[in-house]
Amino acid sequence: MSRRLRSLLFVPLAAAFLVLFLSATVGIPAVGNYRGPYGDVLNAVAVKERHSTDVVTAVNFDYRGFDTLGEESILFISVIGATVLLRQRPDEIKEKDKEEDDGRHVPKISDAVRLLCLALAAPAVLFGIYVVTHGQLTPGGGFQGGVILATVPLLVYLAGDLRTFQKTTPRILPEIAECIGVGGYILIGVAGLIWGGSFLQNVVPLGPEDAKVYSGGTIPLISVATGLAVTGGFVLLLIAFLEETLQLRLKGKRGSK
Amino acid sequence: MIATHWPYGIAAWLFMMGLYGIVTSRNYVHLIMCIAVLQSSTYVLLITIGYRSGATSPIFAKISPDTPAVDPIVQALMLTDVVVEAVVMALLLSLAMQIHQRTGTLDPDKIRFLKW
Repeated sequence: MSRRLRSLLFVPLAAAFLVLFLSATVGIPAVGNYRGPYGDVLNAVAVKERHSTDVVTAVNFDYRGFDTLGEESILFISVIGATVLLRQRPDEIKEKDKEEDDGRHVPKISDAVRLLCLALAAPAVLFGIYVVTHGQLTPGGGFQGGVILATVPLLVYLAGDLRTFQKTTPRILPEIAECIGVGGYILIGVAGLIWGGSFLQNVVPLGPEDAKVYSGGTIPLISVATGLAVTGGFVLLLIAFLEETLQLRLKGKRGSK
Repeated sequence: MIATHWPYGIAAWLFMMGLYGIVTSRNYVHLIMCIAVLQSSTYVLLITIGYRSGATSPIFAKISPDTPAVDPIVQALMLTDVVVEAVVMALLLSLAMQIHQRTGTLDPDKIRFLKW
């Protein structure tokens, strides 16, 4: 299809979409007048039923836990797809070496960036673990905390400490985290099936009602599993995207020494 | 109508902008970013549907469970979506890298096996 034809097709279809969307919007209540029963029901019962003060996390990892398992599998499969697509053929590295010779050299990393990144790394680990483990109490959970944790290797990389990056993030670690994360989620679901009668049933003791780190039953466990899967997934992507550059830079360093 | 429903308009606008970008794109990286813009319209739509004026967030750590709060379900839906979207973007970008490696171009119109 040519570009012209595509644009010509776009105009009437876009107009049709806008008309349909507008007519649909007229029928729904004005913004701020939420009426749906489900949100209110969950807000009313979640704290008592699950001892989890963050209802969003309770919905994610308990009431809609099966749905979240589906989302996590999308993440898992996407990561596998990306790593498979980005894997290197041996002849690629040689081609890239030529490119480097044509005056494309890596600029030096400034001390300010270095200091900032290295100083941020340790607090980011702590903050990430805090967000993952407190998801059932305050805003947070496996998804958010996992992303925070995955920034740590990126910070190390940005600080230009390539050897430390390689040492602290061997490929096997995020792979293990990813597998434990997704597998653990399914196992928690199966535990519910065995002891509770249905998949992902909350069978672990709920803990104190005044919301402690260990209240919520399976919610914090699933949160940790998700955190592992998300961290593993993002770090694997990071390694896959950076692998080429990393090898080249390390090679260059060895050559100059 | 406009005064009471404008956030839905923002969702529609983001959707149309993303779609227009996809239709007219000349570069796969640009196209993938347009998909991200398009997808962000769903966030606006979901959050808007669950919003209740004057209500607080559905986190009852310090407040009584009777306090009126916004819908937690739509928030949970979009929360997972944000993370998953980022990973799907990475998958799409690695597809773009593969295409560039094989064909030497990122222009969808210049790639013969995608034409019909």
